[in-house]
Amino acid sequence: MPQFAGGGRGIGQTTVEVVLALLFMTVGGLAVSEGLRLGNGWGFDGPEAGYFPFWVGILLIVASGATLVQAIRRHDSGRLFVSWPRLLLVSRVLGPAIVYSAGIFVVGIYAASAALVLWFMRGIGGFPLRQAVPVAAALVTVTFLVFEIWFLVPLPKGPVEHALGF
Amino acid sequence: MSELLALFHGFSIALEPTNLALMVAGIVLGVLIGVLPGLGGANGVAILLPLTFTLEPVSAIILLSCIYWGALFGGAITSILFNIPGEPWSVATTFDGYPMAQNGRAAEALTAAFTSSFIGAFVAILVITFVSPLVAGFALRFGPAEFFAVMFLAFASFIGLSSGSPFKTMASMMVGFLLAGVGLDTVTGELRGTFGSTELMRGFNFLVVVIGLFGISEILQSVEEGLTFRGREGRIDLKAVLRTWAEMIRHKAIIVRSALIGCWMGITPAGATPASFMSYGVARRLSRHGHEFGKGRIEGVIAPETAAHAAGTSALLPMLTLGIPGSPTAAVLLGGLIMWGLQPGPMLFVEQKDFVWGLIASMYLGNVVGLLIVLVAVPWFAAILRVPFPIIAAIIFVVCAIGAYTVNNAAFDIVLMLIFGVLGYVMKKLDYPLAPLVLALVLGDRTEQSFRQALLLSEGSFTIFFSNALVASIMLFGFVMLFWPVLSKLWARKEPSPA
Repeated sequence: MPQFAGGGRGIGQTTVEVVLALLFMTVGGLAVSEGLRLGNGWGFDGPEAGYFPFWVGILLIVASGATLVQAIRRHDSGRLFVSWPRLLLVSRVLGPAIVYSAGIFVVGIYAASAALVLWFMRGIGGFPLRQAVPVAAALVTVTFLVFEIWFLVPLPKGPVEHALGF
Repeated sequence: MSELLALFHGFSIALEPTNLALMVAGIVLGVLIGVLPGLGGANGVAILLPLTFTLEPVSAIILLSCIYWGALFGGAITSILFNIPGEPWSVATTFDGYPMAQNGRAAEALTAAFTSSFIGAFVAILVITFVSPLVAGFALRFGPAEFFAVMFLAFASFIGLSSGSPFKTMASMMVGFLLAGVGLDTVTGELRGTFGSTELMRGFNFLVVVIGLFGISEILQSVEEGLTFRGREGRIDLKAVLRTWAEMIRHKAIIVRSALIGCWMGITPAGATPASFMSYGVARRLSRHGHEFGKGRIEGVIAPETAAHAAGTSALLPMLTLGIPGSPTAAVLLGGLIMWGLQPGPMLFVEQKDFVWGLIASMYLGNVVGLLIVLVAVPWFAAILRVPFPIIAAIIFVVCAIGAYTVNNAAFDIVLMLIFGVLGYVMKKLDYPLAPLVLALVLGDRTEQSFRQALLLSEGSFTIFFSNALVASIMLFGFVMLFWPVLSKLWARKEPSPA
């Protein structure tokens, strides 16, 4: 585990550089294979559908390859991409956000949004429920009025809204 | 002059009560968006775009472009008072703006920032008014080869002028092109890059990608950098305004130079962020007080703000005349044009006169209104950052999710938004520029189409890109921009680089 100059530990900069470059190279590889499948030559209506993805994929592989080589050569093992305590902070926001986006499929966007506000205020901000509940309720109400009533944009709903007759 | 007549007609459209109301609403919303972390010009406009379908196109673009002006103004507030650049182009403003605020000169720094923003934008609008009809008229003669050459020039300048690694710029751009290619191929009707997924058949909508890349990633970054904002008080009184204006007159050379740098960088799609840094660098190098920059010199606020606004505004010139946006926000606006059923490019000036000149007139009015609003209302906008971060973050998450959902009424897009949020967070931390990705995503289909059409015309011969003086010179210029770092090193070895 690389040591940070300031003393903390975490994920090294080089590690993430390499992982992202490899990911981009994989994406480039997929594009090249897709280009070959579609045909990257000359069709009766000009360059075939695979021509552009093929060459863009090649360029992506070349650019990411160069970044990869640079990252490994530089290898400043001291530099940290993110320290563990900071990553924990980020995950305390990102984790609920992932649950939130999954929850939208189940309970609809209104209930999920209320739950997200409650969690952020109670779990991260340490607010008492008597402050968090009104904020969550206000957000949901305003959203409902603006989208469903004012702009007539239907948002995903769940069992709660169906029970209320929407 | 026909431009002036057209412009007056534009004013009559922009001054309609509905449009004026939308203008004010847009500016206020835009400043809010600029002040809040996680909501910037690009994704603020992206989130609101689906709500504009019920409006007339000209009203819709007035609302959205005013959000853009507002966001440009708003970025300066947080830079100066909180040392948090609300937008990437206001990073350079923090260098001297925040020290000024710490020295108790917040009001002057804010006034200087707003006024120079206004002047920068004003110069750019003048350029747009008088230059864009010429460019559009010129571009009417463009065929597919010329269009591809212009796209090539735009993307090549991105790589050549990138401040970081050109390879990272290129990678970011290519990812954008690949994302643009996913879905139905418009020429042959074949499915590309969907790998059997029905969700991917729609392709990647740039609005969803923008909301994730710019919105979600910024929240994650703000969370990582600590959850509290500690800011200075910012209240502006008339005396401070007049005193600052008097002082600014002495720096008129800097203002003019910065505005020109900004216009140039905005039209060639280098964008507002490099423009602000370049202008700051030049101002410091040419100043007799260069060594005092960074400790709170007013020139250090004037130079980047003028250039950033000039660039941000003039980025609309290539968008309107050629259909090539000069900044991510301009790219989102361009996407809006397409969604409203308008064909971006030179024909706009012929077929949609009301739209074009209404928009240009609204730029003049919008920036005047914007200057007044921010000068008066700074304390209220700054107060927003005193709302506890967990509340702000939760609300921004919800707003982003709704924005991503409403694009296609697809809950799957919310998942995509999160994925791009994480990708954007990682890319930003590794100094990958995000603007090329967005531009390539928006322009990918049209770049590919013009490329294929050009080759179809020439029956597969690449010589079509050098077949006449016009297209050859654009391509050549593109190659010069692409290899600019190498060339400039060869040409100017002796000269010290502008830090």
